[in-house]
Amino acid sequence: MLLDWGYVAIFVVVGAGMVSLPFAIIALLSPRGTSPHKRDTYESGMEPIGQAWSQFNVRYYLFSLIFVVFDVEIIYLYPWAVVARSLGASAFYSIAAFLAILVLGLAYAWRKGALEWS
Amino acid sequence: MPWYVELLRAVVGTIIIFSGVAIVAAMLGVLLERKISGWIQSRIGPTHVGPRGVLQTVADTIKLLQKEHIVPRNADAVIFASAVVLVPLAALLDYVVLPFGTTRWGPLIFRDLNIGVLYFAATSSLIVLGILMAGWGSNNKYALLGGLRSAAQMVSYEIPIGLVLITIALLAGSLSTVTIVTMQAHLWFIVTQPVAFLIFLAAATAEVNRAPFDLVEAESELVAGYFSEYTGMRFALFQLGEYAEMFAMAALAVTLFLGGWRGPVLPSVVWFLIKLYALVFVFMWVRWTFPRFRIDQLLNFSWKCLIPLALLNLVATAYVVMVVQR
Repeated sequence: MLLDWGYVAIFVVVGAGMVSLPFAIIALLSPRGTSPHKRDTYESGMEPIGQAWSQFNVRYYLFSLIFVVFDVEIIYLYPWAVVARSLGASAFYSIAAFLAILVLGLAYAWRKGALEWS
Repeated sequence: MPWYVELLRAVVGTIIIFSGVAIVAAMLGVLLERKISGWIQSRIGPTHVGPRGVLQTVADTIKLLQKEHIVPRNADAVIFASAVVLVPLAALLDYVVLPFGTTRWGPLIFRDLNIGVLYFAATSSLIVLGILMAGWGSNNKYALLGGLRSAAQMVSYEIPIGLVLITIALLAGSLSTVTIVTMQAHLWFIVTQPVAFLIFLAAATAEVNRAPFDLVEAESELVAGYFSEYTGMRFALFQLGEYAEMFAMAALAVTLFLGGWRGPVLPSVVWFLIKLYALVFVFMWVRWTFPRFRIDQLLNFSWKCLIPLALLNLVATAYVVMVVQR
């Protein structure tokens, strides 16, 4: 088990090195910028108006909140799925009850209009 | 085995997978995309570099290596620079658990983790983080909008994918990708789970931000979306991440539904590649055929159609496996 994750750790370290390799090449090859206007933020040729770090649509937060709820609940299903075959009928009804609560949450969000964009 | 042999194996395996993915997925994938789009639109695509244009992406990569790389003055330099490493790395992390074939010594896989499918779900969702970092770090309105849309979209489509993964794990009784392939020796899971396969295909298209779900980088309104401000090789690294992720999703679909490397006569790796490219072709075909969704349609499709359907499919499968078959 430890060996498995050791392999994954090596993959991450060596992989990060390989992804960074092109940066070593561009450091040698690519020209250095001279014009200060090149470093302006791109806004279709206009002088940029204000910063991008300002208010944005609150809808994005709503969807991410519903996602967190669902994702946490889905995590609980993974261990169940592995042993499900050996558990039998009673375990099916209990997981069905669990999923029913999950669906209730979705129905509530739906009804409240949390899934509407406009 | 002594520790240094293990270490060497891991390092060599990583290098092979990275270069393999960069060549097979990114270089060949981009070329294939351009050729297929040309074919669908009655053009001929790239023809000049090399015989029939096959070296076009190599030339493009060399060109991009020589380009100046610009960091906008207003950008958050640290986030801006780390996003470009995170996206391809997260996409390539998926390949740890993908079995490419089998040999006399066992399956050809970097590491057969016993939680393989869960690991895949975890690493593929790391990409959202990279895209959000790129969008925020650029301090560009188009990039930020692209990044936020991407977060909303990928997060919404992760749930149907998760439910499909659980359905397959339920059938196979394991989360290990190798075991899942072994369980399909007699019958591919696409036969018993056609609905799950379709859900997975639709959600995977959205997860990798491809048309008709590509409003993350909708060029007619957002320039290039989250990577608008990236130039030269950094731009190419985002492309690498995107194509690597698309191939990983197709490879996972092959592993879960199409019997992985299994097939008669031909060597296992060849079968795996045939199935992989067939699915990649479907992704490209869809991209060049369908118009783009609007964001409310996109989110509705996931939350009001795919998720209830996937839940229903999971319960029905669980009923058959746990009540009927016992």
